[in-house]
Amino acid sequence: MKLLSCRETTRLVSQGLDRELDRGERVALRVHFLYCLGCRRASRQMAFLRRAVRMLPEPREESS
Amino acid sequence: MASQDDFRKQIEALRPYLLRFASLQLRDAAAAEDAVQEALVAALAGETSFAGRANLRTWLTGILKHKIVDTIRRQSREPTVAAEADEEGAEIDELFTERGHWAERPAAWGDPDDALEQSQFFRALEMCLERLPVRTARVFMMREHLGAETDEICKELDLTPTHCWVLLYRARMTLRECLQQTWFAK
Repeated sequence: MKLLSCRETTRLVSQGLDRELDRGERVALRVHFLYCLGCRRASRQMAFLRRAVRMLPEPREESS
Repeated sequence: MASQDDFRKQIEALRPYLLRFASLQLRDAAAAEDAVQEALVAALAGETSFAGRANLRTWLTGILKHKIVDTIRRQSREPTVAAEADEEGAEIDELFTERGHWAERPAAWGDPDDALEQSQFFRALEMCLERLPVRTARVFMMREHLGAETDEICKELDLTPTHCWVLLYRARMTLRECLQQTWFAK
């Protein structure tokens, strides 16, 4: 199995928020996370970003 | 000269049609815009060659087709990996070494959810969002704020899924870095 760089890892983590990763991709991520604290943090922080943005004020609606 | 102005106006009126045509072919709004621009410049330069032909739209579409083929050729010559890295932009390049390791390891954010209790945090977040390039921000907000699916966004903005993912990745990484500097490091 190919080992991911941190750049590839963060790219996949981001895509994982937008599409379903395949089995190979998920395994490659898990392996990378085992030894990379930076990517574990970045991954948690991207998920946090999603929660934070969802809490921003609602976009103005056309009606009401 | 009045007739030249007329010619220009007629050509401009066809721009939306040409853009749609180019977007369908290229599936990339920026590339489509460029191809149409090149075609219009070529058309205006070659006005005389139009003289006597029946249909302006057909003539322009013909020129545009050549430009589209040029674009596709140009794109297919570029190696995909380089193009992808390139598209991710300088902000992303700066975060990593050439071999793809972190240039600087992301710092811990403690319990970031504490920030969600503070209105000042949301001001920092909005400031970071404002710094994103327009199209990157639009894709990101459609995805994360409106909760749209990636394929809806692609269709709406005429982007390939890959391009969408690149923009979303760039947005997340840039925002992460911006929040690190403007909020979590303080």
